[in-house]
Amino acid sequence: MSEDKHHHIVPYRLYVIVLVALLALTFASIGITSIELGEYTVAAALLFAVIKSVLVLTYFMHLKYDKPYIKLMVAFVFAIFVVVIVITFLDYLYRV
Amino acid sequence: MHTTNAVNGANYLTYQGKYKGLLGWIFSTDHKRIGLLYLYSIATMFATGVLLGLAMKFELLAPGKTIMDAQTYNATFTVHGVIMIFMVVVPGLPAVFGNLMMPIMIGAKDVAFPKLNLLSWWLYIAGVVLVLCALLFGSGTPDTGWTFYAPYSFKTGTNLLPAVFGAFVLGFSSILTGLNFLVTIHRLRCPGMKWTKLPLFVWTLYGTAWIQLLATPVVGITLVLVALERVFGVGVFDPALGGDPVLYQHLFWIYSHPAVYIMILPAMGAISEIIPTFSQKHIFGYKAIIASTLAIAFVGYLVWGHHMFTAGMSGTAQYYFSLLTFIVAIPSAIKVFNWISTMYKGSINIQTPFYWAVSFIFVFMVGGLSGLVLGALATDIYVHDTAFVVAHFHYIVFGGTGFAFFAAMHYWFPKIFGRMYDKAWANIGWLVFFIGFLALYSPMFYLGMMGMPRRYYDYLEEFHGGNILSTLGSWVLVTGFIIIVVNLVRSARKGPPAEMNPWHSKTLEWTVTSPPPVLNFEKEPVLGEKDGPYNYD
Amino acid sequence: MAEHQHAHIEHPDMYDPESSKIGMWLFIFTELLLFGGLFIVYSVYRYLNADAFHLAAEELNTFIGAFNTVILLVSSMTIAMSTTALQKGHKKVAIALLVITFLIGIGFLVNKYIEWGVKFSHGIWPGSEQMLNEMSQGEILFFGLYFVMTGLHALHIIVGLIIMGFAMRGVANGKVNAKRPSLLDNCGLYWHLVDLIWIFLFPLFYLIH
Repeated sequence: MSEDKHHHIVPYRLYVIVLVALLALTFASIGITSIELGEYTVAAALLFAVIKSVLVLTYFMHLKYDKPYIKLMVAFVFAIFVVVIVITFLDYLYRV
Repeated sequence: MHTTNAVNGANYLTYQGKYKGLLGWIFSTDHKRIGLLYLYSIATMFATGVLLGLAMKFELLAPGKTIMDAQTYNATFTVHGVIMIFMVVVPGLPAVFGNLMMPIMIGAKDVAFPKLNLLSWWLYIAGVVLVLCALLFGSGTPDTGWTFYAPYSFKTGTNLLPAVFGAFVLGFSSILTGLNFLVTIHRLRCPGMKWTKLPLFVWTLYGTAWIQLLATPVVGITLVLVALERVFGVGVFDPALGGDPVLYQHLFWIYSHPAVYIMILPAMGAISEIIPTFSQKHIFGYKAIIASTLAIAFVGYLVWGHHMFTAGMSGTAQYYFSLLTFIVAIPSAIKVFNWISTMYKGSINIQTPFYWAVSFIFVFMVGGLSGLVLGALATDIYVHDTAFVVAHFHYIVFGGTGFAFFAAMHYWFPKIFGRMYDKAWANIGWLVFFIGFLALYSPMFYLGMMGMPRRYYDYLEEFHGGNILSTLGSWVLVTGFIIIVVNLVRSARKGPPAEMNPWHSKTLEWTVTSPPPVLNFEKEPVLGEKDGPYNYD
Repeated sequence: MAEHQHAHIEHPDMYDPESSKIGMWLFIFTELLLFGGLFIVYSVYRYLNADAFHLAAEELNTFIGAFNTVILLVSSMTIAMSTTALQKGHKKVAIALLVITFLIGIGFLVNKYIEWGVKFSHGIWPGSEQMLNEMSQGEILFFGLYFVMTGLHALHIIVGLIIMGFAMRGVANGKVNAKRPSLLDNCGLYWHLVDLIWIFLFPLFYLIH
């Protein structure tokens, strides 16, 4: 339980870059969903949302600089949520 | 008290803080005082729940109306369920013994966030008060069953909202306790207390805390949706507006099945402390118990659908849930084997906690195996919603968690109060309670198999014999309960002073005075290479 | 109620930034699962009523949604910058960035108010006559979920603003500083959580039509 190493200071510049990327992704997702893609619209919108959330988690929420066990916990929580949705759909997808 | 502490001449019971008397307790952030606050409040709620259970059993003494009509009976089992689940067994072991003992067991001064810990208790009390409001005021006591199933929960004319809101607040209290424990276990272990040296009770609290954290919010939002449904008619679970009531059941059981593991895991942890202590032998398969604890927590999160086999799920989902239900039985069985193997060739010291622990193993096995009958699709359809189910979950929840709670109570009692109870009366209390338990619930297995449905105030003449036995059992059980409580309450005040380590256990809480000093340790403990929670050799 | 003469006995100073951080993350997990329950409901009903959801989503104003997305992302950046400023010891910059974040949060709520107001003026609210009489079951579900999910999100914005108020006070009076930044760090984490949830709400309600 030794004390943690010095707090990592993230430069302002990096935050600006991340924001620009997030805004670009936002407009890209608006663009792509306005095209008629049929069933893929949802998939495309969710894909962009996932990329954006990874950016927010990694940089804004500092996960990049956190210890591995915190990253592991976050990954675990998202994974278990996906598993729960999949299991729920085992019911709805196969209802007669 | 007979022992004193060099730091301030007082232990946690006698210590005088800023406030005197009662205020010194209800505003204390000392984890041990909070643990006792939980003990007293949970014991009160338990007694209330027992009285309601007793009333139900009395109603079932004879067919037809005995002491209450159908509506009162519906309200009684609803309130009995809400109290026993949300206020007794879910907080039970973690909030009482987790708070009292866990920080000492890992060599910490307190939990990570002491004020948050106090807030959890206050939220618990707020939740209790809200639920009581639902009972006493408004348009009648809720009658939906503790599950608040849609669409009953927004069609019933009874005063359901405060009960739902109270359950939500109780859930929040449970989440905060779990959060606190997780951070405590991660950050506040004393030097040398590696993860592989953690007492098993702490490990089970760790698994439990994760479930509390990840499952409780799902039921929280579900209850919010029910409330919004009632107040605004949002339509989410209302078939008339396109909603699917089965989805309510999914969401409800996504929490409430893991909640069963919130109840049983710390119970298993307490048993895993008691068995090696009274066998004076290293626990058999320490790592297997940890692995099975985490496996139960994880797999237990994914089996909720086995409560819904008759609700109209797809066949695919039914196969999946049935399969995983059988898988989750494996780690539970591993634990039973470990306990038995620990006793093998140990030098067994038969004391009250050991009696409770051994009877726990027995009732837990009966409860667990009857669970497999319910987890198998074909047999479940036959016994679903019968007395068989009631017998099963009382064997697990009352027989499992309840017996483990009494085991833990008799195990840690000398540490908590610094006094020893009367062992003869404690043993008599256990015996009477155990006999009452068997007589109360065992007939229900039979009655359920014969087709007696649950949740009715009435039954056919052919079920009369079994019900008489069951009701008589409830009286014996309550007699045992009274003996136990009277003995413990008397001993807490007048019992002979207890030694520091009356059971010759090896975990850290037995290295401090009884009762423990305010900050637990006069000097931070350090675990050496050869120290461990179960090193008896 | 605690910091008094005996406070040192019951409260050993246990400040540990790592503990605070894990504690906050664990709390964020429960929040994620809280919204997770709603996302499950959404996905099931969307699957069962795909066409009605498409139709209903047309009613929502993509421009307001996109605008709110943009300003929320900007506010996430400013609060993240505020933590950097605090660590660098630039107290005034940190406070200024917090104030900007706070104002953006208010702006988000104002937009939400306008957006809901328009819906109400069209007679669309849970249980309204218009909804019950003229809409299909799928559309009723869509709007029910729309109000519940954006409403709960707005509630979280309000909670985030309150925490931010405490963080501002702490930074201003020096209790939150480069050596004890946990309150600001956790405030930031919470605000990013609010952002994270909106990142999913926006496409699921506004873009899928």
